[in-house]
Amino acid sequence: MARAAIQRRLTWTQAEVVDVLTETPRVRTLVLSIPDWSGHLAGQHVDVRLTAGDGYQAQRSYSISSAPEDAQLKLSVERLEDGEVSPYLADELRAGDQLELRGPIGGYFVWEASMTDPLLLVGGGSGVCPLMAMLRHRAARSSTVPAKLLYSARDLGDVIYRSELERLGAGEGLEVVLTLTRSQPPGWTGYGRRVDNEMLAEVAWPPERRPLVYICGPTPFVEAVAGSLVALGHDPMRIRTERFGPTGG
Amino acid sequence: MSAKFVSRGFRGRPRDAEAGGRLPPGQYLTQGFPVLSAGPTPHTPLSQWTFSITGEVDQQRRWTWDEFQALPADTVTKDIHCVTKWSKFDTVWKGVPVDVLLDGLDTAAEYVLAFSDGGYTTNLPLEDVTNGRAWVAYEYDGRPLEPQHGGPARLLVPHLYFWKSAKWVRGLQLMADDTPGFWETYGYHMYGDPWREQRYSGD
Repeated sequence: MARAAIQRRLTWTQAEVVDVLTETPRVRTLVLSIPDWSGHLAGQHVDVRLTAGDGYQAQRSYSISSAPEDAQLKLSVERLEDGEVSPYLADELRAGDQLELRGPIGGYFVWEASMTDPLLLVGGGSGVCPLMAMLRHRAARSSTVPAKLLYSARDLGDVIYRSELERLGAGEGLEVVLTLTRSQPPGWTGYGRRVDNEMLAEVAWPPERRPLVYICGPTPFVEAVAGSLVALGHDPMRIRTERFGPTGG
Repeated sequence: MSAKFVSRGFRGRPRDAEAGGRLPPGQYLTQGFPVLSAGPTPHTPLSQWTFSITGEVDQQRRWTWDEFQALPADTVTKDIHCVTKWSKFDTVWKGVPVDVLLDGLDTAAEYVLAFSDGGYTTNLPLEDVTNGRAWVAYEYDGRPLEPQHGGPARLLVPHLYFWKSAKWVRGLQLMADDTPGFWETYGYHMYGDPWREQRYSGD
């Protein structure tokens, strides 16, 4: 088990929205400035709290997608059509607004450049967000730890961070593999189906390389990928999971 | 300071007064049953499954799956509250009261550490898992508990945040001192009372 996180009180703080970036039709990235931010590890999340005029409050968790080395904190938010918080964050919030949050939270689903085992990241949909923090951290540290990202999206237009992933994937030691499950552009030569055993056998490091594995996405995605990797012989204790989804878990 | 903060343009969902009284602070109601786990879902065959009472007790106890099924069980209807903010009302469980598992044991322990397949642990005061407040549940909604929700059996401690209701539970270690479990080591609260919003260390 990894070392214990430093135990300290997490207080609510006000972040200023510096910019809102449109990543895909359903995903926007909030670029935040937080004066007294304590720093974070790649893979951690924050709790966001919204307060209405009558005092009503709603809280949700969002993964941090920026690297610890970045000057500003980034949260990428997928708009859920029947959501209470995500439509506000994705559609209403704009530069100059204040946003209450606290964190960073979580100490298990984190990756640090000092971890030198081969790194396998598997993301489904907006589950790529905390994995992006890891890849940005790896790049910021000029790490050459061998890394692979297998990223499942519905179609090319739904791929978050697409141009940045292309750029990072051209660098040393990182392979970015996309699979487009719903529709593929003309001439697409990559995968065009859901992640399955065969795909993982082709893409993942073999179990003998003892990769450290991080899987994030909706629950059925995470269950399927984790189950496949265990079936392929990967050590369950080296597979870390985080579930995302409209239902919150 | 933060009490006066208002999120510009945020209204929120229409308030549900009835739900509001049953919802701890910062929670929202869901009809689904979300899943939160740190790793792959373990699949222990029932033929290899056992449940153990260990630690500071005058006698260790152990049941096989069949022996466990023969123990007296309750069917209970409870509201559950996850630290990730969702709550679910009126969930129906069948399981063995922890009181039955500890009945007649002599111990000076004041805490328990629940331990599970996959290496997961969580700590609780002994008094929070006794006196009819906790069960080892193996049925949900009239059916065998699914692996992704903690089957074949999980701890059920509905008055605390749901990570304390350890999935894939295999036993209880009785302890004199409070020792942080898995999530508690990573900054989650040692006790986890949803009504006092004890999500993280220091809350």
